[in-house]
Amino acid sequence: MLKVENVSKLYRSGAFGGKKTRVIHDVDFEVKPGEVVSLIGESGSGKTTVGRMILRLTSVSEGRITFDGEDISTLKGSALKAYYRRVQGVFQDPFSSFNPIFKVGRVFRTLRREFLADLDDAAFAARLTGALNAVGLEVAALDKYPHQMSGGQLQRLLIARALLLDIRLLIADEIISMLDASTRIDVLNLLGDLKQRGLSIIFVTHDLALGNYISDRIVILQKGAIVEMGATEAVFGDPQHAYTRGLISAVPQLHRRWSDAELKDLGLVTDTAQAGGRLVAYRENHAVRVYS
Amino acid sequence: MLAVSDLRIHYRTLSGSVKALDGVSFSVADGEIMGLAGESGCGKSTLGKALIRLEERMQYVGGEVSLDGAAVPIADNRAMVPYRFRKISIVPQYAMSALNPTRRIGRMIDELLDSRGIKGLTLRPELERRLAILGLTPDVLGMYPIELSGGMKQRVVMVLSTLLDPSLLIADEVTSALDVASQKKVAGALVEFRDRGFVKSMIVVTHDLAILAQIADSILIMYAGKLAEKAPTRTIIEAPAHPYTRLLLGSLPEVGIRFEERRLPGIKGRPPSLLAPPQGCRFRDRCPLAFDKCAVEPPFVEIAPGHQVACWKADAHAEG
Repeated sequence: MLKVENVSKLYRSGAFGGKKTRVIHDVDFEVKPGEVVSLIGESGSGKTTVGRMILRLTSVSEGRITFDGEDISTLKGSALKAYYRRVQGVFQDPFSSFNPIFKVGRVFRTLRREFLADLDDAAFAARLTGALNAVGLEVAALDKYPHQMSGGQLQRLLIARALLLDIRLLIADEIISMLDASTRIDVLNLLGDLKQRGLSIIFVTHDLALGNYISDRIVILQKGAIVEMGATEAVFGDPQHAYTRGLISAVPQLHRRWSDAELKDLGLVTDTAQAGGRLVAYRENHAVRVYS
Repeated sequence: MLAVSDLRIHYRTLSGSVKALDGVSFSVADGEIMGLAGESGCGKSTLGKALIRLEERMQYVGGEVSLDGAAVPIADNRAMVPYRFRKISIVPQYAMSALNPTRRIGRMIDELLDSRGIKGLTLRPELERRLAILGLTPDVLGMYPIELSGGMKQRVVMVLSTLLDPSLLIADEVTSALDVASQKKVAGALVEFRDRGFVKSMIVVTHDLAILAQIADSILIMYAGKLAEKAPTRTIIEAPAHPYTRLLLGSLPEVGIRFEERRLPGIKGRPPSLLAPPQGCRFRDRCPLAFDKCAVEPPFVEIAPGHQVACWKADAHAEG
C-alpha cells in the first residue's frame, strides 16, 4: 500500500546555505493494509521527518514515496485532496491542534466543508456519530472548549476527525507521550481496535514498550538511517544492533530495577552512531545494518 | 527531613474554589527520594509547587510544613525568599523555558548567583565539577541554550538548582518531555546527586511509575487531591493495597506485552471535579471493589510498617 523507497532528505546549511546536510539516509520500508508499523528512535533520529514526508508536510530530496503505486510528490489539486482522504496524521500535542477560542466541534465542520461537502446533513451526522462512537466519545463532546477536555479526549477527537474520512493510513506521531498512563492505554487500545478493522497505522514513538504493545513491525532509526527492522517479536526477542539493545535497556521496567552502575552510566546511545554500512537480512523478516 | 501535615491548597476560579490539595500529610526522610505519582489533576504538581512558591491563584487554606525541624512559612511569599534556592529548590518540567535564550549559560548562572548576593566566581570550580559528574564539559557554560539538547538542558538546570546544596529538591516531571535515553541519564543524575549529598531529600513528581520504580525509595500515590497510598517502592510495585494503585500499574504496557495477546484494561471513568468533590472515597465511582461503606471517607492509615493506605478494603488486600 504505502512504500517509502530509498528516501533521503537534505537540508541546506552553512552561512549561505552552500552546504548540504543529509538528515535522512536512504530510508526504505513498506506498510501493508491493516498493519501497524512503529518508527522508533531518539530525538533527532528522523522518525518525525519520515512521518512528515509521508504526509507531504516536508518534501522528499531523493527517492520516492508511493501510495498504491502512485508517487505522492506529483499529486496536485484534486488528486492531493483524494490522498488526504486516505492518509491523515495526528500529532503529539493535542492542545495545539485546536483553536482555544472555538468549541472543538469546529474542526469537524471545517473538515466537512473541505472534504465532505457532498454529504447531506443527515448522512454527515450519522457518519460523525459513528466516528465519535468508534473512539468512545459522545456527540455532546463537540460542544465543549478545548480546555474543558483532557488531553486523551482531545487526542481521541483528532483520531475521530481522521476516521470521518474513511482513511486507510494514519500517521500517529508521539500521540500518547503527553498523556497519563491511564489515558495512554485507552488511546493505544483504540489504535489496536482500528487496526483490527483494517486501518494501517504508522506509530512514531521513542518508547519501545509502547511500540512493542501495538505494532506488527518495527523500524529502528538512528541519526536518520534504519539500523534494524523486522517483525516485532524478532526485533525485540533477538535485537542485533547495539543501538537497539541500548534503547531496550533504557526503557524503565516496573519489575526490573537498574543496577547502580547501569543507572549512572552516562554513555550516550547516540555516540555509537556509525556512518555508512548497509542493511542485510539477518533472518526472515529481520534486517540489521552492518558496517564492514 | 520534610514533614507536611494536613496541607490544604485551593485554586481560586470564577466558578468557586478548586480543592486541589485537601488535607495532605506525609514526611520525607533525609537521603530519601520520594516519588509522587497520580493522574493529571490529582494535585501532585500543586503539592510540589506549594512547597516552594504559591502562585497568584493558589490559596493557602491550612496545614503546616516543616523542614529539618523548623517551620516553613509557605503562605508568606516574602518570608519564603530566603528558603528558595538555598534550602528548597525546584527543577521545573520544561528546562528550555528555565534558561534565558539570549544569554550564554555561564553568564546566566553568574547573573543569577549575583542577584542572590553570591559571587559566581567562587562557585565556578564547584559548578564545573558537578557538570562533569553529569557528563557535561565546562564548554557548555560558553554556549547558548539552543546549542544543547533537551536532556543536556535538563541536567544543566539540575546542577544550577542544587548548587547551594538545598535540603529539599522538587523535581517536577523532569523526565516527561525526554526520550528514553535522555530520561535514563536525568534519572541517574537525580540519584547521583542524592548519593553525593548535594541534596538531602527529594520529591520526584511524575506520572511515570516505571521511572519511579528505578530511582525512588518510596512512592506516594495521589488521587483527586487526597493521598491514596504511600509505601516503599518495592511494596507499591509488588504488593499495592489500594485498588487505584493496582489499576494504575495494570495500565502500563511493559516490554513484551502485546495488544493481540493481552489487552490491558485501563481505568474506566474520569477523576471527579474538585470544585465540589463527592462525599466519601473519591475513587468510589471508578472502583471495582466499592461497597456501601465507601460513602464514608476512609482514613489514611498504616497497614504495615511504612505502608499507609486510604481504603476500607486495604487490609483484606494485604492479606489476600
